[in-house]
Amino acid sequence: MPETVMDSLTLSHFLLTGAVLFCLGLIGFITRRNLIIMFLCTEMMFQGVAVSLVAFSRFHLNDTGQTFVIFVLTIAAAEAALALGLVVLLFRRKRTLDSLVWSQLSG
Amino acid sequence: MPIELIKLIPWIPLLGAVLCGICCMKPAWRKAAGPISVLSIFIPFLITCGVYSTASGLVGDDKLQTVYQWMGVGGFKVNMGYFVDPLTMIMLFVITGIGSLIATYAMGYMKGERGYARFFMGVSLFIFAMTTLVMADNLVLLYLGWEGVGLCSYLLIGYYYDKPEAVAAAKKAFIVNRIGDLGFALGIFLTYMTYKSVSLSAVTTQASEFVANGIDPTSADLWIPFLLMLGAFGKSAQIPLYVWLPDAMAGPTPVSALVHAATMVTAGVYMIARLIPVFQLSPYALPTVAAVGGVTALLAGTIALCQYDLKKVFAYSTVSQLGYMFLGVGALSTFGGIFHLFTHAFFKALLFLTAGSVMHALAGQLDLRAMSGLRHKMPVTCWLMFAGCLALAGFPFTAGFFSKDTILAETLIVGMEGSTLFYFLAILGLLTAFLTAFYTFRLWFRVFMGPEHYEMGDEHGHGDDDGHGDDHGHAHEPHEMPWWPMNAPLAILAVGAIFAGMFFHTWMHESIDASTAHPIAVPAVDSHAQAEPAYSIIQVASDAEGHGNEADAAHADGHHHTLLGMDVHLAMQIISAFIALAGIGLAAYFHWLNRPLTDQIAKKFGVVVEVLYNKYYVDELYDAVIVKPLRMLGHGFYLFDQFVINGLVITVGYLPRLAGWSVQPTQSGKMQGYGLGMVFGVAVAALLVFKWAF
Repeated sequence: MPETVMDSLTLSHFLLTGAVLFCLGLIGFITRRNLIIMFLCTEMMFQGVAVSLVAFSRFHLNDTGQTFVIFVLTIAAAEAALALGLVVLLFRRKRTLDSLVWSQLSG
Repeated sequence: MPIELIKLIPWIPLLGAVLCGICCMKPAWRKAAGPISVLSIFIPFLITCGVYSTASGLVGDDKLQTVYQWMGVGGFKVNMGYFVDPLTMIMLFVITGIGSLIATYAMGYMKGERGYARFFMGVSLFIFAMTTLVMADNLVLLYLGWEGVGLCSYLLIGYYYDKPEAVAAAKKAFIVNRIGDLGFALGIFLTYMTYKSVSLSAVTTQASEFVANGIDPTSADLWIPFLLMLGAFGKSAQIPLYVWLPDAMAGPTPVSALVHAATMVTAGVYMIARLIPVFQLSPYALPTVAAVGGVTALLAGTIALCQYDLKKVFAYSTVSQLGYMFLGVGALSTFGGIFHLFTHAFFKALLFLTAGSVMHALAGQLDLRAMSGLRHKMPVTCWLMFAGCLALAGFPFTAGFFSKDTILAETLIVGMEGSTLFYFLAILGLLTAFLTAFYTFRLWFRVFMGPEHYEMGDEHGHGDDDGHGDDHGHAHEPHEMPWWPMNAPLAILAVGAIFAGMFFHTWMHESIDASTAHPIAVPAVDSHAQAEPAYSIIQVASDAEGHGNEADAAHADGHHHTLLGMDVHLAMQIISAFIALAGIGLAAYFHWLNRPLTDQIAKKFGVVVEVLYNKYYVDELYDAVIVKPLRMLGHGFYLFDQFVINGLVITVGYLPRLAGWSVQPTQSGKMQGYGLGMVFGVAVAALLVFKWAF
């Protein structure tokens, strides 16, 4: 079997990728105010976690992580449908996507 | 008639009260309340008459007629049971007999009043409580009746609940009675502790044995009479708790006659007479009772001299006559006390009801100054009240004459035995007898004699044109009351007021001697007679009282006391006959024949009249000494509650708010803020986990 680039990659590279994805999503979620962007950022955090899980699955040579990821993706898809619907409703209420207008919980 | 029927006596009026209460519901039924109430009092009267011969002959345990066991806690058992002896029968005759006459009168008097059915409900309920009181075979049941009559008195005084003074009077009566009843309740507790029973027969039997054996009283024995006495003073309106009775005249007049003259107020006298051995145990109890009674009699008599309100005069006279009864039982003459109670019920009910007739005829006018010479307008009422006045004044051979003289003579005998106190009290009593004759006839001459003149009161629509048979309303002219249902009962009372003393003297004496109220004779302790003045003097007196028992061992020197060379009773009758005639004569001179002179004299002694008119300022004194300080104390407590306790609670309430306020800025309401907070939280948790895990 010819040595490919893939072979030289270790678990750490995958975990790092996942962590970077997660952190980027997190930073995006915290810094952006557009509801759709914020929602996309949460999806990115999901994907970061999913990458880590798949990497572990490969590392341990079992299917647990991958199975788990499949479930996460399924639920994320359903949740995306719901969340986008909610975003549409919120938009209709205030004619803006700015998340700052939703701050009734201010103490 | 079977004796068991006596158990029904209290329950028939209670049934009557319930029926009257039902009558309140529909206007069409209300008229039935009067006859129902009268029947519910009259039937017990018939039962009383029917069972009298059996009931007065009962001996031993037969006297106890138990209906059911009321309560039982361990060894403490209280029965709903009745104690039937001649004293009970006397009281039942008074309550149901006089009660049905007054209720009959009230049917006419209250006609057209709002709350007609409510009034009769109160009256029937009162008779239930009062009969329970006098029939009770134990102190707890007696206390139930005692409080029941207090409640009914409160309800009936406050009958005109839209009049502020009636409401105030009702509250005053209730609160003043509470003070006395507290003492009475404590007395009952102490009695149970001492005698291990609350049964009247058990207590009196034990106490009688103690007295007869000359046992040294324990401290409980000394205290019980004083506590019981306090209850009697409250209920029977004696110093210092008499202030409620004059105010209680704010109720309808039949109530004043029934509750506040004939029956309820005599409960104190009945109670002391019933428990006389218990009072004999304490050497100072009966002299205290007598002294309070004598002083109250005089004090109330002087106040009655200068009152202008028709009913107030009779109210103070009631206080004064109750004072006589206490003087009587205090001198160990329970016969005198109860006899006076009996005759007083007749003539004072008569006087109040005739006063009610006058008030009715003058549309609520009660001021003596606003009426005069009514004898032509109301001839029947005039002579009925005359009969009552004669009896109250102690005119020779009327009812009041015999009973009052018995009391005075017995008191004097105790005085002659060497007790200065009783000597003094007998003189007070004679003085009061003079005042009584004077103020009674002052009223009568003022109202019915002299030039005709009257001012109508302001009670329009007070039973106007309501089937009196006369076409004109009240606002025009005073008119005589109809014979039925008003004057006929009064005529019966008038006959009683004149003749009850003559006819019932012997019967009463035998009845009292056969009941537990008969004072206990103690073996003579002559050597100690001087050492223990109050105690032994009374005992000796009690023996001297026994008219026929000349061979009594206890009779120290074996001779009857004489006054002016006669038997004390006879001498006293002659003296007080003259005193009564003098009082009546003076009243006739000052208040009939020569009124201008009276006014001049009154002006000359303006200060005295003013003080008497204002009842010695006792109400003001109580207000300043008791009511105001209590109110201040209450206000102080209110402030303490408001600022200290409430402040503390409010401070505690502020703490959570303060805590919330301190973390409130963290709730920005912005999603990013929460997100950041979550991230930090997870980060800290992760750091901790990793720190401990590795």
